[in-house]
Amino acid sequence: MNMIVCCKQVIDPEAPPASFKIDAASNQVMPPANVPPVINPFDENAVEAALKIKDQQGGKITVISLGNNLVRDVVKKPLSMGADELILLEDPTFEGGDSWSTAYALAAAIKKIGEFDLIFCGRQASDWDAGQVGSGIAEMLGIPSVTLARKVEVADGTAKIERVLPDGYQVIETPLPALVTVSNELGEPRYATLKGIMAAAKKQPTIWKPSDLGLDESQIGTAGRKANLLKLFQPVSEGKCEFIEADSPAEAGTKLAEKMREVKLV
Amino acid sequence: MADNKGIAIIGEITEGKLSPVTAEIIGAGRSIADSLGDEVICVLLGDQIGDNAKTAISYGSDKVYTIEDAVLKDYQTEPYVAAVEQVVKELAPRVLLMGQTAIGRDLAPRLSFKLGVPVAMDCLDLKINDDKALEMTRSVYGGNARAIFTSGEYPQMATVRQKAFAPLAADDSRKGDIVSFKANIDPAAIKVKVIDTVKEEVEGIKLEDAEVIVAGGRGIGSAEGFKQLEDLAKQLKGAVGASRPPCDNGWIPDTQQVGLTGKIVAPDLYIAVAISGASQHLSGCSGCKNIIAINKDAEANIFKNARFGVVGDWKQVVPALTEKIKELTN
Repeated sequence: MNMIVCCKQVIDPEAPPASFKIDAASNQVMPPANVPPVINPFDENAVEAALKIKDQQGGKITVISLGNNLVRDVVKKPLSMGADELILLEDPTFEGGDSWSTAYALAAAIKKIGEFDLIFCGRQASDWDAGQVGSGIAEMLGIPSVTLARKVEVADGTAKIERVLPDGYQVIETPLPALVTVSNELGEPRYATLKGIMAAAKKQPTIWKPSDLGLDESQIGTAGRKANLLKLFQPVSEGKCEFIEADSPAEAGTKLAEKMREVKLV
Repeated sequence: MADNKGIAIIGEITEGKLSPVTAEIIGAGRSIADSLGDEVICVLLGDQIGDNAKTAISYGSDKVYTIEDAVLKDYQTEPYVAAVEQVVKELAPRVLLMGQTAIGRDLAPRLSFKLGVPVAMDCLDLKINDDKALEMTRSVYGGNARAIFTSGEYPQMATVRQKAFAPLAADDSRKGDIVSFKANIDPAAIKVKVIDTVKEEVEGIKLEDAEVIVAGGRGIGSAEGFKQLEDLAKQLKGAVGASRPPCDNGWIPDTQQVGLTGKIVAPDLYIAVAISGASQHLSGCSGCKNIIAINKDAEANIFKNARFGVVGDWKQVVPALTEKIKELTN
């Protein structure tokens, strides 16, 4: 089994909301000070999905990350969890892309890798929340895609996938090669082991530039965007909360009920 | 490309009926169409569309294209993408809209790459600007920010968040054309098979139908804790929901998650217990006018969105609240 997982380095979505700031002039989010970036949490779920298959039947997991000035300790995390190889598409021209230019570059890298049975992506990235790159890669490669997986098993050249639905799940079968996007319902990704961290420290990522992939620079990063971002801003919440004051939490509970009756909420 | 006309909406039929989100998007499409002097075309796919085409007209569609085919009975990526691609090529619409639903999340990205146009996912607002271009406002960064996009390509394509728009009142006297469209779907090209669909519904009132929701967060700490929230929900004839951590920890089924990647709800009353108020969660309940927050941290983000708040340990607040509500309502 040759598996590929696409992992994105993002601003930590668990950073305190108060640290979230936008630079209006550049329409960009400013990385919070003292909070290092992380691998998109859904992409860690995708790594876990690949590792579960590797646990059962062996195989090779290649991780691809795209960006510029990627933090090595961050992008190496999948290696410390148990992935085998890391390829970085790293160049200033990859910056500022949208789903289109990102899927285009990743699909080109996957074609260069050549042999693959399953490609995994997180269901969406915690920054732009679009959830398009996985399906886009599959369309560009002309292979089936199954989204929002909570379980993936492989037998006899077929993947059996449980896809999350609002009120349950679907069981879906697809021939390989295929692309699967993974949701958090798959379960917590495993921790890196000490052995894994040491092994990852020794591994050097392979770095591919646009020219290594034969990419047309007008198709990648900012230049390759199809969606025009006009404005990025923070919504304003009114903040008119009326606090129920009382001498004890229990009394506050009672007073809250009385207040709810007063305003006809009960 | 500027010849593209019409606001096309890919509708959904759930358990034989037009989905509420489809009626909402027809309403949104209606106001876009009216501002451009254009028409609303609803596309319905399924094995039996029946009266749903008339229903789509009653909510504001000028035309309904029906694509009836046994293979379209339940959503599957390949035949749906193929059928919608064909109808979009036939209609050449100016705007193409669908819901940010289990179907839209899968269909829209794959279709957008097939059509070669970008799609703005999970839009909260849609507006025609002075250049007659569609400005699409999306939630990004887990709800921490909003982004306004335009597309340089036609159709301008977006998915729309559930409950972001109010539907028009259904009017049975509205007139519209119903056109049957034949899609060529090659069964041999369908490689991905849906083997089974499993419902995991919890007992009681469904989250999306509930007028009252009592939701718990990480601070609830256990499945037993959620039992106490159930007692409160029962008194209020409501349902129990959760933010993501309790679902990830298995304290409550995944189907009860409210938030960006869970359900979008807009009940009359939403009681958030031990929920910090991450944007991810608020994305799922911010449409509710009456949020009551109970949290021991006075600085918790949830209070910024609440109408009433109690700062205190929920383990003491909730039993007293439940008891008093019982007394007041019996």
